[in-house]
Amino acid sequence: MVKQADWSEPVIFELGRKGRRGHILPAVEEGVKQVVGSVNTIIPENMQRKSKPKLPELSEVEVARHYIRLSQMNYGVDSGLYPLGSCTMKYNPKINESLANSKAMNMLHPYQDESTLQGILEILYRLERWLAEITGTYEVCLQPAAGAHGEFLGTSLIRAYHKFNGELEKRREIIVPDSAHGTNPASASMAGFNVVVVPSDKDGCVNIEALKEAVSERTAGLMLTNPNTLGIFEKNIEEIARIIHDAGGLLYYDGANLNAILGKVRPGDMGFDIVHMNIHKTFSTPHGGGGPGSGPVGVSEELAKFLPVPRVVFNGERYRLDYDRPHSIGKIRSFYGNVAVLLKAYAYILSLGNEGLREVAEISVLNANYVAEKLKGIKGLTLPYGDEVPRKHECVFSAKPLKRETGVSALDVAKRLLDYGLHAPTIYFPLIVDEALMIEPTETFEKEELDRFVEAMRKISEEAYKNPEVVLKAPHNTAVSRLDEVKASHPRTMILSWKMRLKKGGE
Amino acid sequence: MGKHNHPYIPNSQPEIKAEMMKTIGIKDVDELYLDVPERYRLRKLLNIPRGMSEFEVKKHVESLLAKNKTCAEMLTFLGAGCWPHYVPAVVKEIVQRSELLTSYTPYQPEVSQGMLQALFEYQSMICELTGMEVANCSMYDWASALGEAARMASRLTNKNEILIPRVIHPERLATLRVYAEPAGITIKQVAYDAETGQLSLEDLKSKISEKTAAVYVENPSYLGFVETQVEDIGGEAHANNALFIVGVDPTSLGILKPPGDYGADIVVGEGQPLGNPMNFGGPLLGIFACRGDLKMVRQMPGRIIGMTTTKDGNRQAFCMALQTREQHIRREKATSNICTNEALCAVASAVYMALLGPEGMRELGETIMYKANYAMRLLSKIQGVKAPVFNSPHFKEFTVNFDEAGLSVKEAHEKLLKLGIHGGKDVSKEFPELGETALYCVTEIHSKEEIERLAKSLEDVLAGRC
Ligand SMILES: Cc1ncc(COP(=O)(O)O)c(C=O)c1O
Repeated sequence: MVKQADWSEPVIFELGRKGRRGHILPAVEEGVKQVVGSVNTIIPENMQRKSKPKLPELSEVEVARHYIRLSQMNYGVDSGLYPLGSCTMKYNPKINESLANSKAMNMLHPYQDESTLQGILEILYRLERWLAEITGTYEVCLQPAAGAHGEFLGTSLIRAYHKFNGELEKRREIIVPDSAHGTNPASASMAGFNVVVVPSDKDGCVNIEALKEAVSERTAGLMLTNPNTLGIFEKNIEEIARIIHDAGGLLYYDGANLNAILGKVRPGDMGFDIVHMNIHKTFSTPHGGGGPGSGPVGVSEELAKFLPVPRVVFNGERYRLDYDRPHSIGKIRSFYGNVAVLLKAYAYILSLGNEGLREVAEISVLNANYVAEKLKGIKGLTLPYGDEVPRKHECVFSAKPLKRETGVSALDVAKRLLDYGLHAPTIYFPLIVDEALMIEPTETFEKEELDRFVEAMRKISEEAYKNPEVVLKAPHNTAVSRLDEVKASHPRTMILSWKMRLKKGGE
Repeated sequence: MGKHNHPYIPNSQPEIKAEMMKTIGIKDVDELYLDVPERYRLRKLLNIPRGMSEFEVKKHVESLLAKNKTCAEMLTFLGAGCWPHYVPAVVKEIVQRSELLTSYTPYQPEVSQGMLQALFEYQSMICELTGMEVANCSMYDWASALGEAARMASRLTNKNEILIPRVIHPERLATLRVYAEPAGITIKQVAYDAETGQLSLEDLKSKISEKTAAVYVENPSYLGFVETQVEDIGGEAHANNALFIVGVDPTSLGILKPPGDYGADIVVGEGQPLGNPMNFGGPLLGIFACRGDLKMVRQMPGRIIGMTTTKDGNRQAFCMALQTREQHIRREKATSNICTNEALCAVASAVYMALLGPEGMRELGETIMYKANYAMRLLSKIQGVKAPVFNSPHFKEFTVNFDEAGLSVKEAHEKLLKLGIHGGKDVSKEFPELGETALYCVTEIHSKEEIERLAKSLEDVLAGRC
C-alpha cells in the first residue's frame, strides 16, 4: 500500500493577506505619464473598473508552495502505471519538454515575417509529411487543438465534400458504431449530421448486416475506430470500406490512438479518406491534466483542397504560409495549431525513427496481451468478445461476475486500485461492455510494473470475495476518500466558483 | 532494436520480450497481428528517418530553431490575438511539475485533487476578472470559444442570427463561420463609425430583430480601441430578447469595467496573455464564462470543475460537475464535442492571476495602457503617420496609418526589419477602407527606450534616411 500526500490545502482565496504581492511589474518610466496623462482621463468614466477584482493576495513564496502542494496531490504518468484505456498514457520524454520550453520556441509570434520563421516552418512541414506517411494519407493539417477538434474538422470536411458535389441536402447521416468514443457522435452532430448507430457483432466488430441496412443514399460517411475501443482489429475493414464507398459516403478513421498500428498498418491503405490522430497519445506529448493536446488530420488527395488555411508550402528553397486556397473551409481556430505540442511530437518521432515507431506498436500490443493473459485467471473478471482474437493496444475486461457475486463493481475496483498506488483503467466504456475495465498499458511501462498491476487486481478480487467492505469503501490511502459527485452537480448544492461558494456559504 | 531496449520502451529488451511472449504463448509479436488482413500489413519501413540519440535530437531541433529569429532577438510590436507578455519563472516551474503535466482528465478525483483544485481556482479567478458567475476550465482558444458561444446562444434562444462587429479578427470570423454554419446560424456584421471605430448603433438597430440570437462585441476591439457604448449595445440586445456576448483580452480587466457589470450573458476571450508564452500561436487558452442561472449553465460547452465534499461529508474536495452536458455521457446530444482542452494553460493562468492579485492586475492594465499610449503619441508625431486611425481610447494595440507618408505598410515593415525591429501586423488587406494601416502592440515588456527606438527608426525610414 502507498499513501498519497494530503496537505488539506485551503482554496487560494482563503490564503494570503491584504496587501501582499506575488509579482512586481516593470515600472512605468519617468516621463511616460507626463506625456500620456492619467489613465483615468483616457478611459471614459463609464468604462472604468470601479472595484478591484477580488483575487487573492499572496507573496510568490505562498503561491509557489500552494501549487507545489497541489501538485503533490495529483497522480501522473511519472507516478506509476496509468492504464487509462483509450487515453494512451505513455511516458513523456523530458528532452521534448526542454526543447518546447526553450526561448527559441516560446518567443515566436505567429505573424512574424516569413524570413524569420524558416526553421519552425520547416519543422511543421516535415512533421506533416511524416504524419502523412504514418497514416498513409496525402496531406496533413496540424491546426486542430485536440482529437475532438480534429474530428470536428473531419466532419466539416465531409460536409464540404458533399456540398461541393451538390449532395449535402441529401446526405444527412453519419454512421457510428455503438462502441465509438463519445466525441464521434458529438462531432458528427456538431457538423450538422444526424447520427445513425450500428451495433457491434458477437465478435466485437461492426455488424456487417446492420451496416448494410444502415447505409443509404442519405449516408454522408462512417466514423470508425480501428483497432476499435475493445482493442480488436476490425477484420472486415475491406468490406466495410466497400459498403461505405459504394454508397457514396466517406470513411473517417478515429486515429486518436495509433499506437498499435504505427509502422504496421496504415488507415490510408485501408481506404480511409480522413484520419485524425491525437499527438497527446500516440506521439507521447503530455496530457497536462486535460490538455493542451493536438489533433492533426490527414486526408486523401481529393479532400486536400478543403483543408483549413494556411498551408505550409515549400518551393524547394523557402517555406511559406499559403492562404490562397479557394475551396478551403476556412479556419477552426486562430493561427496554425498547438505548435509547442507539435514540436515535442517532431522530437519524439526523431528519437524513435521508423524502426522505433514499429517497436512502439509491437510492444504496446505485447504489453496489452500480456496483461490480458495474466488477468484472465482472476476470479470475477471476464474478457468479453472472446479470447481467441489477440487484442491490440488495449483490452476490455468486465467485472460483471464480480459485481453479481460480491457487490463490488468496476467503480469499486477502480477506487481500490488507487490504494495500491496505481491509476485506474477507464471504466464503463465502451458502453457495450457491462462493468467495463478498459486497460491500456502502453509500451512505456516495464514488465515489473505490469505485474504489480496484475497482482493488485488479483488481491482486489480476493478482497472482494473475503472482505468486500474494504473495496466498497475504497480508496483509503488517497488525499481524499470517495467523493460525493452528485452533490457537485445538483442545482441546489453545486458550487462552480468561489463566488458561488461565498453566496451559498450559509447553507 | 538490437540488444538494448529503447530508453522509452523497457520491454523491448530481447530477453524480457521473449519472457512475455512465452506467457502469451506466441513466438513472434507478429502473431498478434494475424487478424489484420494480409494485404494491409505494411511490409516495408516507413519513409521517415532512422531513430537518433537524445543528443542528436537536441542538436538537430536546436539547429532548426536557430534558423528562426525570435521576438527575443528583435524588437517586436506584434499582437493581434497572441501577445508578448512576461511569464514569471514560478509559473513555468509549476506547470512543469510532472504530477500536473503528465496527468490527464481527472476521471479519478481522489488522486487528482491537485489538478481539480487548481482548475477550480482558475475558473473562480476568471469569474472575478470578468464579473461572471461561472467559467469552464477552458476552450481551445478565443476563436473556437466564440464559435461555441454563438451555438450556445442559438440553443438558448431558439434563434439563429448572430450580429458581430465589422471590426473583428479575421481568423476569429473565419472560425466562427465554420462553427456556425452547420448549426444553421447566419452571421451579420455591424458597421463601425468611421471617425471613432465604435460600433454603429444605427446600423445595429437596423439589423437587430426578433431573429437575433445574440449580439457580440469585443472589448478592447481587434483594432485596439475600447468599445465604450457597451451598455447601449447590451441593452439593445436584451430589448430584442437576444443574448449579449462579449470578447475580452483579460489583461485589460484590471482597469476596464468587467463585462458582467455591463450586462454580458456570455464572456469569451483569450487567456494566453495570462502566463502562457506565444509559442508561434499555440497552445492558446479559450476563456468561456457565463451568468450563473441554471438554464445557461446547462448549455455550457466544456468541462466544469465543482466543489463538493467526500461522501462522509467530512472534507471539502473537487470533482468534475455537470458532466451530463458532455460528449462522453450525452454523445450526439452533448453541448459540444470538446474533451481534451487546454487545462495546463489554465493552471498557468491561475498561477499568474494569483501572483498579480487585484493590485497587480490593475497595475498590469495601467502599465500596458501607459506604454501603448506613449507609443501612440510618439508615432503620431512623425510626419506622414497617423496613429491611431480612430479617435477613441486605446488599450494595448492601435492602428498606424502610412497613407500620407507615401509608403506601404510592407515597405515600412521591410525597412524596419533591417534595423532589427519587427513592426505591427499589416491589416490593409483586411480593412482596405483604412488604407495602408498596421496594427501595433505594446505591452508591459516594452521599455520607454525601446518605444523611442521604434519612433526614431520609423522616422528615419519614412524620411528615407534608411
Ligand atoms: C478513441 C478516441 N477518440 C477521440 C478522442 C478525443 O480526443 P481529445 O480528447 O483529444 O479531444 C479520444 C480521447 O479522448 C479517444 O480515446
